[in-house]
Amino acid sequence: MTAVALGARADRGVARRRQRWLRALVVAALTVLAVVFVYPLVWLLSASFKPRAEIFDNRLLPRTPTLENYLTVWDAAPLGLWLANTLVVTALAATTVTLSSALVAWGFAHYRFRGRGPLFGLVLATMMLPGAVTLIPTYLIWHQLGFVGTTVPLWAGNLFGSAFYIFLLRQFFLRLPREPFEAARLDGASEWTLFWRIAVPLCRPALVLTFLFEAQASWTDLMRPLVYLQDTATFTVPRGLKAVIDQFGPGGESQWEVVVTASVITTVPMILLFFAGQRYFVQGIATTGSKG
Amino acid sequence: MTTSARARRERRTGLAFISPWIVGFVVFTAWPILYSGYLSLTDYDVLTDPAFVGLENYERMAADPQVRLALWNTLQYAVVQVPLYVLVSLALALLLHQAGRASGFFRTAFFVPKMTPPVAVGVLLLLLFNGQYGLVNEALAVVGIDGPSWTTDPAWIKPGLALVSLWSVGTAVVILLAALQDVPTELYDAARVDGAGWWRRTRTVTLPMISGALFFVTVVNTIAAFQMFTEAYSAFFGAGTSSYSNDAALFYVIYLFREGFAELHMGYASALAWLLFVVIMLVTAVQLAVSRRLVYYEGEQR
Repeated sequence: MTAVALGARADRGVARRRQRWLRALVVAALTVLAVVFVYPLVWLLSASFKPRAEIFDNRLLPRTPTLENYLTVWDAAPLGLWLANTLVVTALAATTVTLSSALVAWGFAHYRFRGRGPLFGLVLATMMLPGAVTLIPTYLIWHQLGFVGTTVPLWAGNLFGSAFYIFLLRQFFLRLPREPFEAARLDGASEWTLFWRIAVPLCRPALVLTFLFEAQASWTDLMRPLVYLQDTATFTVPRGLKAVIDQFGPGGESQWEVVVTASVITTVPMILLFFAGQRYFVQGIATTGSKG
Repeated sequence: MTTSARARRERRTGLAFISPWIVGFVVFTAWPILYSGYLSLTDYDVLTDPAFVGLENYERMAADPQVRLALWNTLQYAVVQVPLYVLVSLALALLLHQAGRASGFFRTAFFVPKMTPPVAVGVLLLLLFNGQYGLVNEALAVVGIDGPSWTTDPAWIKPGLALVSLWSVGTAVVILLAALQDVPTELYDAARVDGAGWWRRTRTVTLPMISGALFFVTVVNTIAAFQMFTEAYSAFFGAGTSSYSNDAALFYVIYLFREGFAELHMGYASALAWLLFVVIMLVTAVQLAVSRRLVYYEGEQR
């Protein structure tokens, strides 16, 4: 072996060792950062099991763990009702938006017609529209229809599809080959059958993704429940949590253990949703960023 | 079947499929935009019919110190929050990209906080950033820093809000990481052969190649920053019997919301909405113009 080859091998050895060091450093940094990111959630959960005097001791584990807060908050606020309301609204919002957006996305992806390009451009443009602009007229529409004070405005707008999901689902539909559809058409299948029996089953992951995204958006929304709901009995959990903050938090009785526990109850379903659909969340968002 | 009959059928079916969106667009987007333009020229409290007042609402806006305060607060917040948010998400994505097989686990850790409802984020802000007992100041004390009163000192409320907003950086990280993974490795190899170090490779290969995703994250987050509402409202504004408020956290949409739905000044609130619309469009247009010079799209070369 020549000296040059030996030298090259030594160089590669150094490079590999440097690479390993670098990776160890990266993993160490990420570990610290991951702890910083996850810690607030752990803190919140832990605080919900602490008596009032110990909330701010910032210990990882409660010194005197108690379920007291959960009993208190359950008595102080109709949380069961709020959870049920939110579950209904979330299910309706996510189901309707998934179905309607899939219909629209399929129309844009599969059929060629004049005006399709500009119309789809309009879909994309509405994604950029700040929600605050349509807030008041939309309220007035629901007011005219007599739905203010009910949970209907929190989901019924979803019957007409939503720009972001139309965009997302169209991406998936565009990737389907055209042959199976042409073949089915020759066999006499209706256009609805092509959509419902072929396209939808083939894009199931994308539909699950849409459902999960909207479930999260709907569950965590505060603005619309603030605008549309007046009676405590109709509240969703985030709206209820805001009422709990008003009563027990900074402007009220300073019973932070109640606020903390209500926050945990509002948050936990979302964490469960994430772990149930983790695969979809991460892959779906990755697709969002890439054009194509 | 003749071609034109087939084309007609295709057009009819296509339009039928997209019809829900067309109805929704007319009723919930186009009409509201036009109607809010009209309302902004009226005095309207929902109970009595709108009364046309011309440009009065806009004149009032120009003289309203609360509008100036809310705009200024929002602008200050956006100027700090957007760059911070983009830089942090980029840094995390770059780290994750180097982490090899462990990156999936860490990606989850960065994403989970994003699931927290913004109301609860407001609660965490009040608790963790509490000036006296909060965990954040306790941690700062360890390294010898005397932390500020994040939740009560007007000068520190917006920095505190910007910091908690970093907690939900997860979506942006996932988007940027996906973009990083799309960069062809040949480009790095070529740069390495040319003797480019990590920093030069990042600057001359990575950043240009992911500039499209960076731009997307920046624009979306800018629009969101200008509409900051929930976290600040939950933490610093109360309604009902215990009404409390904080001037330093009076963001534009909070003011709009209160004018519209607490005061029932629907006409004035519509004028406020239009100003916000124009401001956001201008900012987005500027970002687009800048991006033309900075963003590299692969498609342009093909």
